Amino acid sequence: MVFTLNGLAQIAIYFIILLLLTKPVGLYLYAVFETKNTWFERVFHPVERFFYWAGGVNEDEEQNWKGYTISMLIFSGAGLLFTYAILRLQNKLPLNPQGLPAVNPMLAFNTATSFTTNTNWQNYSGETIMSYLSQMLGLELHNFTSAAVGIVLAVAVIRGLVRHNTQRLGNFWVDVTRCILYLLLPICTIYALFLVWQGVPQTFDNYVTVTSLEGFKQVIAYGPVASQEAIKMLGTNGGGFFNANSAHPFENPTSFTNLVEMLSMLVISAGLLYFFGKSAGNTKQGWVLFGAVSFIFIIGAVVTLGAEQAGNPLLAHFGVNQVSHGYPLAQPGGNMEGKEMRFGIGSSTLFTTITTAASCGAINSLIDSYTPIGGLIPMVNIQLGEVIFGGVGSGLYGLIVFAILSVFIAGLMVGRTPEYLGKKIEQYEMKMVSLAILILPLSILGFTAIASVYHGGYSQISNAGPHGLSEILYAFTSMTGNNGSAFAGLGSNTPFYNLTGAFAMIIGRFAFVIPVMAMAGSLAQKKIIPAGVGTFPTATLLFASLVIGVILIVGALTFFPALALGPIVEQLLMLARKTF
Amino acid sequence: MVHFKENLSKKIAPLAALVWRFTLKYLRPAILLTALIAALVSFVYPFAITGMAQALFPSQANGSLVYKNGKPIASSIIGQYWTQPQYFHGRPSATTNLLGTPSPYNAENSSGTNYGPTSSALQLEIQTNIAELKKENPDVPANTPIPIDLVTSSASGLDPDISIAGAYYQIPRIAKARGMTQNQVRQIVEAHIHGRFLGIFGEPYVNVLELNLALDQAQHK
Repeated sequence: MVFTLNGLAQIAIYFIILLLLTKPVGLYLYAVFETKNTWFERVFHPVERFFYWAGGVNEDEEQNWKGYTISMLIFSGAGLLFTYAILRLQNKLPLNPQGLPAVNPMLAFNTATSFTTNTNWQNYSGETIMSYLSQMLGLELHNFTSAAVGIVLAVAVIRGLVRHNTQRLGNFWVDVTRCILYLLLPICTIYALFLVWQGVPQTFDNYVTVTSLEGFKQVIAYGPVASQEAIKMLGTNGGGFFNANSAHPFENPTSFTNLVEMLSMLVISAGLLYFFGKSAGNTKQGWVLFGAVSFIFIIGAVVTLGAEQAGNPLLAHFGVNQVSHGYPLAQPGGNMEGKEMRFGIGSSTLFTTITTAASCGAINSLIDSYTPIGGLIPMVNIQLGEVIFGGVGSGLYGLIVFAILSVFIAGLMVGRTPEYLGKKIEQYEMKMVSLAILILPLSILGFTAIASVYHGGYSQISNAGPHGLSEILYAFTSMTGNNGSAFAGLGSNTPFYNLTGAFAMIIGRFAFVIPVMAMAGSLAQKKIIPAGVGTFPTATLLFASLVIGVILIVGALTFFPALALGPIVEQLLMLARKTF
Repeated sequence: MVHFKENLSKKIAPLAALVWRFTLKYLRPAILLTALIAALVSFVYPFAITGMAQALFPSQANGSLVYKNGKPIASSIIGQYWTQPQYFHGRPSATTNLLGTPSPYNAENSSGTNYGPTSSALQLEIQTNIAELKKENPDVPANTPIPIDLVTSSASGLDPDISIAGAYYQIPRIAKARGMTQNQVRQIVEAHIHGRFLGIFGEPYVNVLELNLALDQAQHK
């Protein structure tokens, strides 16, 4: 491990900015969903009312957990079918200046599922497969709706925790509409214009052809990139306009845009933690969880930095210089394969840690080319359940699952009925928590096992040796975790991966959240019991460390064997100078 | 028979009512809200952004194109393929054409190698890149350490930048090809260094196209 002062400073300054943004964003979220008094009410309220009128939604009627969950499932299903239809028909629809053909059925199904579940796993290269209409209507729609669905599910779960003696968790349609109108659209408008200012294109023209000074012709793909880029990052979607995603200079042209993109991936998830504390009537409850995940986050960021800055020992004897230098002979050093010059090591590894902590999956460097340990951290980030801040919404409700598991374990230790925020945690809640926690590894490890022995699975790996297993493991980790980043060497645009991947993504999104909503519905009905002497306090440093311990132990028990066969053994072989 | 029909309609009626209630309660808002949200975020939003972007930042919105004699020669932030000795060269690019044949700096199909750290393909790629770099720059002393960015492929295959050390490495070749002194070329490099954002984020770099345009301009004087 090699650390540069600059690399560590990037992590520190980034974290401080995130910390400063958490409270204002949390307060704004509270204004959007609970008090309904944002700055934009006057502008958007007529639009909002029109939406409810058209949809036949009674604004004041709240739903129980089943109504809320069914609404969410039907809404997601409708969007999935809609996108599938657009992709299949893009050759017959307008806004296709390149004359691209229809997307094949398997790929269209995989892509529609991928965007509906906020995964944005991409088995295609955007600039060569998707028409402008498909990008805008088929995919951008989900960038907004899947993000909104994640956020409102978190809001509903929080309501379940903090309300009492009620079945009502809010109105799904109202929450989704308000999330898009008052939260996502205003921020994205400013964000997109900022990106254009920095160099991200925003045009509907056909690709442009230039002739270089040496006489080479170069066709340059572009399009309405900025508007998509903004929501791709803010909604932790991650599906890029271009194949190279945020490594492409048109998606992420400067270190300034890179910093803003990194902040936008975590800012809503961090704000939701504040929102949680405020809803619970004690912001400390939120800050404790914030502290717990920050601890894991910073360790991950530092280890990834150290692993990548150390470079690849297999290249040492070629006479290349992998040591970082300052002026005048400034160079980044480290493992620069698959990384962009303007980001170097520090801004690449921090972005990678963030994108996998959040369920974003955008990449600004190729994780497949990371050193084994550098690639292990992003994989572990996802396998821990994407609760290290996590995706918009999904991170929060995942973290609450771990918080409840932690109070349960604490309750076992002292032999008392566990309580969280004044609610008794009983058999039903623990069943739902266990179900949610077990579903993700079942999908990740189950599908990885199948792909490792089935020809259609292992024949698609691009790197031999343990790295091949890492590619498969990462793929199903990423898809189940609804992340979408990849060890991109894996040839995953095949019927086998399109289909298994689609199921992994559906399991990761819906099979996880249904038990969580059931738990929230059950908690909402309970009465609040005042804290007694036997109550385990959950706004303390002790509880934060317990949460950290539970997250890490559950993750390690589940995934260590698989990780040992992949990245860990590869790191040892790399140090022993073995190649494949 | 009549009796049976009555029975059936008694059974169907509540079922139909249930389906109708379900439709009103869930399907109607799902379909209509999807349509309205789609109109808003897929059309109003991107077209409004396009309008504002084209008005406020027309150059960037249209790909930051660079013109020479009225013709577009490049985008200032998309890397290009350079081969001639009098120009600075960019990093290795792994982009291909649609058939999978190598086609460096293909701005229609961005991609990197995706070679894993222990893959022998990576070893071969880097050895090849080193050999090529050394052949192109015969005047660089053999023991000069090679800046890592000059022999590794970028993530996008369209990286427009190289490190400052990477530029220095190429100075002897360029000075010789242009009949300039190494000092003159070095001054051009130093005048075009981009620092870190806020002095902290990212890496210092030079943009290859900026350097090459400056070189041509310096020589025309």
